[in-house]
Amino acid sequence: MDFSLSAEQELLQNTAREFLSQECPPGLVRELYDDPKGFSPELHRKTAELGWTGLLIPEAHGGLGLGMLDMAVLLEEIGRAVVPGPFVFSSVLTTLGLVQAGSPAQRETWLPRLAAGQAIGTLAFLEADDRLDARGVRLKAKKTKHGYVLSGTKMFVPFAEVADVLLVVARTSGKAEQGVSLFLVERQAPGLSLTPLDIVDQTRRVYRAEFQQVAVPKTALVGKKDKGWKIVARLLDAACVALAADSLGGAQKALDLAVEYTKTRTQFNRPIASFQALKHMAAEMASDIEPARSLVWYAAYAFDALPAEASRAAALAKARLSDVYARTTNRAVQMHGGIGFTWEHDMHFWFKRAKWNEFAFGDATYHRERLAQLEGF
Amino acid sequence: MDLSYSKQDKAFRKQVRAWMKKNVPKKDKSLSTLAPDDPRRIERAKAWQRSLHRTGYVARGWPKEYGGQGDSDVMRQTIVNEELILARAPGLIGASGLTMLGPTLLQCGTEQQKQRYLPTVLTAEEIWCQGYSEPGSGSDLASLRTRAELVGDEFIINGQKVWTSGAQFSDWMFCLVRTDPDAPKHRGISYVLIDMKTPGITVRPLVQMTGDAGFNEVFFEDVRVPRDNLVGDLHQGWMVANATLFHERNMLGSTTRTQMMMHNLLRLARSHRRYGKPAAEDPVIRQKLAELLGRVEAMKYHSLRQLTDVIKGRRAGLGAMVNKLVGTELNHDICALALEIMNSYAPLKRGADRVIDNGVWQYEFMFTLGLIIGGGTSQIQKNIISERGLGMPKSG
Repeated sequence: MDFSLSAEQELLQNTAREFLSQECPPGLVRELYDDPKGFSPELHRKTAELGWTGLLIPEAHGGLGLGMLDMAVLLEEIGRAVVPGPFVFSSVLTTLGLVQAGSPAQRETWLPRLAAGQAIGTLAFLEADDRLDARGVRLKAKKTKHGYVLSGTKMFVPFAEVADVLLVVARTSGKAEQGVSLFLVERQAPGLSLTPLDIVDQTRRVYRAEFQQVAVPKTALVGKKDKGWKIVARLLDAACVALAADSLGGAQKALDLAVEYTKTRTQFNRPIASFQALKHMAAEMASDIEPARSLVWYAAYAFDALPAEASRAAALAKARLSDVYARTTNRAVQMHGGIGFTWEHDMHFWFKRAKWNEFAFGDATYHRERLAQLEGF
Repeated sequence: MDLSYSKQDKAFRKQVRAWMKKNVPKKDKSLSTLAPDDPRRIERAKAWQRSLHRTGYVARGWPKEYGGQGDSDVMRQTIVNEELILARAPGLIGASGLTMLGPTLLQCGTEQQKQRYLPTVLTAEEIWCQGYSEPGSGSDLASLRTRAELVGDEFIINGQKVWTSGAQFSDWMFCLVRTDPDAPKHRGISYVLIDMKTPGITVRPLVQMTGDAGFNEVFFEDVRVPRDNLVGDLHQGWMVANATLFHERNMLGSTTRTQMMMHNLLRLARSHRRYGKPAAEDPVIRQKLAELLGRVEAMKYHSLRQLTDVIKGRRAGLGAMVNKLVGTELNHDICALALEIMNSYAPLKRGADRVIDNGVWQYEFMFTLGLIIGGGTSQIQKNIISERGLGMPKSG
């Protein structure tokens, strides 16, 4: 029994923290808030050089061939620095979809490019009904002589505009889990149009993607026709773990910033960090975060090593971290007082990201009910 | 990260489990009506610890020369502790000697003290109680006023302790006394060992809200204690005590009991009908159950992480400081949800007609609130976390 990070994982953690404090300081986050695409190609290129974009990609395809716990360690740092951009959607979700279900040709075409940072992917899953179950998948993929024709609308597609390829969850038959299929659709495909949705957390850009008779070849199908739900379910678990890790890092950073601020801010002739009202708030935040870290590591470990436990652990982690990140950032803003409420101060980056992470891929209430079902309450 | 257990550990667990199955004493209903300090109850509890010790299951890490196993394998002791709980074995009557006095003596005691006191702690031949709190000194423990005057080779002790668990059947007390009333409050305290049979000691049981008399008031009137019973240096008792407090607060927060409570809560939620249907089918109750399960599981893995740190010899940090606060509040919240599920049945007492689970939830609901207060209240824990863990300045 060894519940700890390996020396390599600790090295990754330290390297990532140092790199991001240099290359993605709050100033860059602020700049990208105003960027039309919310994306820095330069930062993306540098993360690719570090191997991060290929972390989950097998060495044979140019990646590092590491696992979800390594990724969680990295995402904790990415969350700490509120890194804007498509990393989770490209280097975790699209990548895993291809690693786990892609045909040899698809893997050959896309994985080396994703690893090298030459291509970006994203996941097009949700629709206007905002359902996370298979019944929510209604975008139609009609079989033709040469392949498929996709028609319908996807919602909240992250960073679609900077993605080269979209992993699209579509309906090939039926209404429920049976009949869901996945397709790789290039962003430039005729008939696909994107509309940005103005969003509060500008580190997480989302789009409405309209598919008007988008024709794709047979080779665009990922996995078997009608059998795609299993892959989607696995990707949803991955998303839960990834966002939980991002939330963990963000919550830790929010606490660090708040504690630091209260040590320097003076009122009534003493640092406000000496007031118990604030100390107890900070202690409660730390008491939420410390056990939550163990839960995230466990969920990431289970994703690879304990398949029977993976969904349960992912739901636990997502529910818990949704709560913890939202509560921590709320309090961190309050501990800053008025300055924490301004645009000028950085605190709102984490406050907003907490809300995005909370609702993406199922909020705490959703995952608690899911857990209740998995546990057979 | 590797959550599988080694072959040796698995074999050891199997062996422990088999032993527990054979040896854990059955509940004796005739004893449950007796007072907590009834000699028959005490003798039975001592026999249980003796039998565990004989098998090598008590404080395995203690050196052989003081009666321990000299086994530094933390994992094995953890396995024993877990199996004790899973087997629903009675708690150890010598727990405060084992978890608080023992580690302190090992760290600060003289060779002679270790040889004299440690072996009988293990065998439960001598039971220890903790003499810290006083009527005027709770969270501000260092303000304690029980006076110990050094006259020749003896301390003469006068004053009062309170909330002393088990004092009514203890043989010894490890006690904080004021030896220098003129020094700043942290620097005039000494740590002494007091034989409870010494003339001048009066023990008066206090009844807790549960109805049990678990703790006591202890009065000292010209109690003479040999100077040799001083642990550490004179006036340095606060440092010695902090070693003990550290052990009390950071005891590897075993979550086995919490997990078992959670398991029982889920069973209750499935079986008990609330407003016409099983409680577990109520969407709001389901949410609350799942929320608690998330906190329980987080603490489970958190304790594995700390266990790994101990095995690897890493210093416990902020992670361990939150154990007491999070663990005690979690246990209380589990009981609170059990009461909510039982609804009209919740106020029934142990032994009542139709009472559910023999009233254990009602009892634990009260008892766990006591644990939130004892050993440093949640508010004191938050001070510790913010000051020592987060580096925030002292108040006032």
